Amino acid sequence: MTPILRIEDLSKSFGGVKALKTVSLDVGHNEILGLIGPNGAGKTTLFNCVCGVFPPESGRVLLKNKDITRQPTHRIAHLGIGRTFQIVKPFKNLSLERNILASLCKDRTKGLSPIMFGTGLKKHRQEVLRLLNLVGLEEYIDQTPMTLPLGHQKRMEISRALALHPKLLMLDEPFAGLSQEDITPLLQVIKNLRSEGLSILLIEHNIPYVMELCDRLVVLNFGEVLCEGTCEDVQSDSRVIEAYLGS
Amino acid sequence: MGLGYLTTIGTFVGIYIILTLSLNIISGYAGQISLGHAAFFGIGAYTSALLTLKAGFSFWLALPAAMIIAGFIGAGVGIISLRIKGDFLAVTTIGINFVIVTVFEYSDFFGGAYGIMGIQYPMLFGLKISKFYYLMLVFFFVVVTAFFCFLISKSWIGLALETIREDEDAAEASGLNCAKFKIIAFAMGCAFAGLGGVLYAHFMRFITPNDFTFPVSITIVAMMVVGGMGTIRGPILGALLMAALPELLRPLANYRLLFYGGLIVFMTRFQPQGLFGENAFIIKKLFGQNLRAAFSKRNRAGGEEI
Repeated sequence: MTPILRIEDLSKSFGGVKALKTVSLDVGHNEILGLIGPNGAGKTTLFNCVCGVFPPESGRVLLKNKDITRQPTHRIAHLGIGRTFQIVKPFKNLSLERNILASLCKDRTKGLSPIMFGTGLKKHRQEVLRLLNLVGLEEYIDQTPMTLPLGHQKRMEISRALALHPKLLMLDEPFAGLSQEDITPLLQVIKNLRSEGLSILLIEHNIPYVMELCDRLVVLNFGEVLCEGTCEDVQSDSRVIEAYLGS
Repeated sequence: MGLGYLTTIGTFVGIYIILTLSLNIISGYAGQISLGHAAFFGIGAYTSALLTLKAGFSFWLALPAAMIIAGFIGAGVGIISLRIKGDFLAVTTIGINFVIVTVFEYSDFFGGAYGIMGIQYPMLFGLKISKFYYLMLVFFFVVVTAFFCFLISKSWIGLALETIREDEDAAEASGLNCAKFKIIAFAMGCAFAGLGGVLYAHFMRFITPNDFTFPVSITIVAMMVVGGMGTIRGPILGALLMAALPELLRPLANYRLLFYGGLIVFMTRFQPQGLFGENAFIIKKLFGQNLRAAFSKRNRAGGEEI
């Protein structure tokens, strides 16, 4: 079976810094793949290359066998990759309803069609409620993200990404900076999404949660794949321990 | 103060409302700062003046033509704005204002520094319309512009513009083509600035490059900021307040720019949402809370839960 996402020999450098050196990895169907590595290993750069924020210098990104390399970010979102950000980027002054509706805009603002002047936004409230329900935020639908704690904002971002009906969800450090009471519902949300058949690529430093969630891990270090395998394999790999703790 | 004088002020106020509302599409909704809006005001005025005088167009034909041309040139500025953001965009739009005024001033085609004289009042059914009816005409276009802004604010494109204002990265990740929407915002805003220009040219019947210089842009920005960006009532009330005030308080007229500049600084420091914007001090005092909450509470109580 072809993987949902296949990254082939992706390279990217910033000036003299080689942020990614021929990185390859696959994300399988209904799989949670964890991407871990020390700070500066190139994890977020890899995300940004996949999502079209930076064009990679070489290599290919395939989404369900379709080449999406160097496509603009919004095209990639249309094609089925939803993402969240390491530092949350909600639409701060818009209600959660409008935050989620933004992802539904794509079908109504194609080209220069006059449909974009349509005012039927309210009709989608039911759909927005369903999407917010997936992350347990439906009661906050009329509030702005500014009034919500960080954990809620992170879940709102997931809901916004899900509104794209993605084939693959990419989460950039979903647990960073969260308290235990925010982490528990977020863990549950991610587990639920997997059980509904979504494939997830996840960057995370918090190893216990990575172990709990991920089917497989890929370890990046200095822009290269250090090792790849199940959580147990990676945990006992001497190179990983060296990368994190030094020899 | 005769009735004629009030009619004149009313017409100016109407034109300024159109200008402020049109800038609000670019800056208030899409969040792209433009400090050169008077250039498009001028493009509308000159296009209409030339089309009616040299090409024999009627006012009613020149009006949409001028809007389209201003819109297209605005789209060009939108394309420039794709590469630059924030302060740099502000400086670039100032430059565009100067460039366009200079083109008007130094080319004979546009009448040079003397401008264009003898622009005709619009005719309706073969009759020259009176000043009062011209005011009504301006008022009609104010309503059209306001309705257009209302439509934008309620539509998908309005949401798209707002997301770009809030966060471009997140908007792109949500599948929105920021480049396209920025260009559309500039095109729409500048087209309506062109409408303001047409109304101005045929009211004054004499335009010079001086009427469309940078201080005019600042005036429009000040009106928008004072009223409240991103809303419809804000620019309308801001333009009403600020276009009428200096006319009524003549002595201030010489210090107008000082006053406007100071006001922008003061407002952005103490009431960035404007006097009549969302969560503004005055609105809160009048309604006890912000308008949206007041309305949604009323809706909740009256209607059934959706």
